Amino acid sequence: MFIRPTAALAALLLAGAAPYAQAAEKPTDPQIAHIAYTAGTIDIEAAKQAIKKSKTKEVVDFAKDMERDHEAVNKQALDLVKKLKVKPEDNATSQALVKAAKEERAKLAKLKGAAFDKAYIENEVAYHKQVDSALETLLIPSASNAELKSLLETGLKIFQGHEQHAEHVAGMLK
Amino acid sequence: MRTALPLATALALVASPALATTIEVTIDKLVFSPASVQAKVGDTIEWTNKDVFAHTATVKGGWDVTIQPKSKGKVTLKAAGAVDYFCRFHPNMKGHLEVSP
Repeated sequence: MFIRPTAALAALLLAGAAPYAQAAEKPTDPQIAHIAYTAGTIDIEAAKQAIKKSKTKEVVDFAKDMERDHEAVNKQALDLVKKLKVKPEDNATSQALVKAAKEERAKLAKLKGAAFDKAYIENEVAYHKQVDSALETLLIPSASNAELKSLLETGLKIFQGHEQHAEHVAGMLK
Repeated sequence: MRTALPLATALALVASPALATTIEVTIDKLVFSPASVQAKVGDTIEWTNKDVFAHTATVKGGWDVTIQPKSKGKVTLKAAGAVDYFCRFHPNMKGHLEVSP
C-alpha cells in the first residue's frame, strides 16, 4: 500500500550509491533544499487528510503534531534558503515523491474508519523511516552549506521522533 | 508576645521552601541539556525550549509538562526517586532526574 513513496526514496538512495550512473550525481544544495521541503509538504498534506477523515483522537492528535512540526521545519527551511539566496531546484526525486504521495492520498481517500487509521499510521511509519534513511545516507552527507546541513540534522531528529511517535500510535490502534 | 509564636512559625514556613532551588534545563535541537539532573524534593525543574517545535517533558504514568516553542515550562518535584522522562511528540528525546528526599 505504501510501496510507492518508499520506491521513490529507494531510487534516490540507489542513485546515491552508484556514483558512475548518470542519475547518480550527488544532489546539489538547491536540489536538497527542494527535496527536504517537498518531503515536509507531503507529510503536511497527509496530516490534513487524516485530520479531516479520522474520528480517532490519537490519530487526529498525531496528525496535528505532524502538521505543526513540519510547518515549523519548512518555515525554517524557507527562511534559510532566503538568507543563503539559494533557489530550491525542482528535480526528479522531488517529482517522484510528489507523484507517489498523490497516489497514496488517493488510496487513503477511499478508506474509512479503522481501515483509514491503520493505513495512514502505517504509511507514516514507513514514510518517516525512508526519509530518515535518505537524510542520513544521502542528503546530509551531500549538503555543502553548513547551515543547510545543520537544519537537515535537526530535520533528521524530528523525523526519527515522528517515526517513534507513529509506532507508538500504531501500537495503540492494535 | 502573643504574636511571637505565630511569627516564628511563619518564618519557619518561609525559610523551608527557600532551600528549594530551580534547576534549568535547556531544550535545543531536540536535546534536553543537561540530560541528567540531580535534584531534591521541592526543587523545581524549569525547561527553556529554544526550538521552534513544541515539546513535552513526560513521565510515563506521572507528570506531563508541555513546553511551547521559544518558551518555558516547569514542574515542582514532589517525590524522591529516579525518573526517566521523554517528549511525547518526539519520543527520541530523553531526560533523567535523580530526586533525593
